[in-house]
Amino acid sequence: MAFFSTYYECEGCDAMKVVLQNLTKIFPNRTKKMPDVIAVNNFNFEIPDGQLIGLLGPSGCGKSTALNLICGLEKPSSGKIFFGEEDVTELPPENRGVGLVFQNYALYPHMTVRQNIMFPLQNFKGKDKLPKAEMEKRVEEAARLVQIERLMDRKPSQMSGGQQQRVAIARALVKMPRVLLLDEPLSNLDARLRLQTREEIRRIQRNTGITTIFVTHDQEEAMSISDLIVVMKEGVIQQIDQPQRVYDDPKNLFVAKFLGTPPINVFEGTVRNETLYLGQDGVLRVPGVGDRDVWVGVRPEGFVPQEAGPLCCELKALEVMGRDTSVVLGNPAAVSDPLRAIISAEHAAAPGDKEMRFALKPNKVFLFDKETEERIRVRAE
Amino acid sequence: MDKQNRKAWLYLLPAILFLGVFMIYPLADVLIYSVEENFRSASQTYTGVGLENFSVVLRSPDFLQAVKNTFILVIITVPVSTGIALLISLGLSSIQPLRKLYQTIYFLPYVTNTLAVGLVFMLIFQYDQDGGAGLFAMLLQALGMQPVDFIQGPYWAKITVTCLYTVWVVMPFKILILTSALASVPQSYYNAAKIDGTSKWRTFTRITLPSIAPMIFYLIITGFIGAFKAYSDEVALFGVNLNEAGMNTMVGFIYDKLYSDGGGYPSYASAAALILFAIVLTITVINLMVSKKTVNS
Repeated sequence: MAFFSTYYECEGCDAMKVVLQNLTKIFPNRTKKMPDVIAVNNFNFEIPDGQLIGLLGPSGCGKSTALNLICGLEKPSSGKIFFGEEDVTELPPENRGVGLVFQNYALYPHMTVRQNIMFPLQNFKGKDKLPKAEMEKRVEEAARLVQIERLMDRKPSQMSGGQQQRVAIARALVKMPRVLLLDEPLSNLDARLRLQTREEIRRIQRNTGITTIFVTHDQEEAMSISDLIVVMKEGVIQQIDQPQRVYDDPKNLFVAKFLGTPPINVFEGTVRNETLYLGQDGVLRVPGVGDRDVWVGVRPEGFVPQEAGPLCCELKALEVMGRDTSVVLGNPAAVSDPLRAIISAEHAAAPGDKEMRFALKPNKVFLFDKETEERIRVRAE
Repeated sequence: MDKQNRKAWLYLLPAILFLGVFMIYPLADVLIYSVEENFRSASQTYTGVGLENFSVVLRSPDFLQAVKNTFILVIITVPVSTGIALLISLGLSSIQPLRKLYQTIYFLPYVTNTLAVGLVFMLIFQYDQDGGAGLFAMLLQALGMQPVDFIQGPYWAKITVTCLYTVWVVMPFKILILTSALASVPQSYYNAAKIDGTSKWRTFTRITLPSIAPMIFYLIITGFIGAFKAYSDEVALFGVNLNEAGMNTMVGFIYDKLYSDGGGYPSYASAAALILFAIVLTITVINLMVSKKTVNS
């Protein structure tokens, strides 16, 4: 494996940073009545070389379109794409040096694993043409990297989903791409394989050091393996940051709601005299925030059970998870139903209790503007 | 258990009766007829049992002509029609505007009556001295060439027009099958190939063709069988007296032995039918063997 990565360096096609400048893709609508669809709206970001980026958003947010723009299957309506210093906006896909792994793997069913992996190499023409032995060697290396050496003579139909996925990755890697793109790489796998394969993708990415962009709608997946997360909604980038930072410091209500399991609890709140009120309960000091109505997001782990805590909630159910307890709550000010708090098992209430009182951890409580849903910053005390 | 069995037979009875009367009995009868020597329809008598009928049929010049015609038809029309259908299907699946219109146009011959089509072909290709020049003859004249009567003229002209006609008639079904086969190849294969810089030709030969190979083989096998059974097309073009026109087919020969002027020879017809069956069976088995080998690799 180490050999494989040194190989990249000596070939001079090692990882590249990827820069998107004002990238926009508009799909004109067929009928006059409907507006055009802006799948990708003015993207500006730089992906540092050798990093793994998760492009995260709900279905239809334009993340796959963004990926297709980067690999060249779609032409942008405007804007530019750079790999390193090179402007690749006008280049056809084959000249960009990208490897793409498809959601359904797109392995050619009539070819064996070996033939599938070798296929991209056989496309090289002219001076790039490789001798047969060299091709064989590269195929072997790619197969070793994804650990499928023993399956080389199988057809895709004789393999499990996870194995097919590895073959697809090997096929994308074998031509030593500058950028590796993965489109929903795990969504066709079952839960256990998904965990295993995402670790695998992380390992392969680390070993090869290829700048990798992967698209997913699963926030947990994106959080667990990405260096950076790009959160998208309706073609617009909401936030770009390290996974933990996106979670701890969401820029708006959408990002706050999209990340985290169980999801964040949303309340309607009011700020009066720098104090946040949920219903009648004044729950938290919020210095620097003027009097106004706000959306309040409280992470499940932000609830601290306290005898005399300011927030009173109806106790609906306790779900024991071993280490932690998930408490299902009700509150008149809550928008999300049910509310869910994660507290450590020893603090759990007695089974007969009807109510529970909480204090809130300030760094787990986020305020958002009622109109724009943008984050309202609280001054640190 | 016994009751169960009886019930099962009862349920099967309609199908068995039907198949027995219309399939198994005639098949057995064909076998029997084919070995009854000097069978007379009128008196329902025969003189012996043997392979005499087969040797008579195989020595009959009409039958040999029919075999020759049929083979020429099969060998030319099956590959040509499949090839052209593939080209047209590829064209159809690569255009976006007016695709539906073209698909409809290409499908029209399928729903058109054979005899009507034959009449039109006859009118296009005929040419006789009395001034009955068809469109094609006029075209040749306009180009300064000597026209030929493709309907009553020399053998090569007649067989050419037969092949043309057959190709034209069988094409729509093949186009229909192939366009749907092409549409069922996942777009992601093509995207993957595009990203890897696969040339158009290589994409076609290594991805498209193998993906639709089962359908192509299906068309070739049914094409062979269909062409071996050709008869009505020839009647549409050349009239019922195909032997005189020298354009008879094997099925035509069988029909003639049964019903036409020289008819009343079920033994000869049966022998010819069995010979045809043997040929079709052989070719189909070869086809299946080849297709298994090709589609799997």
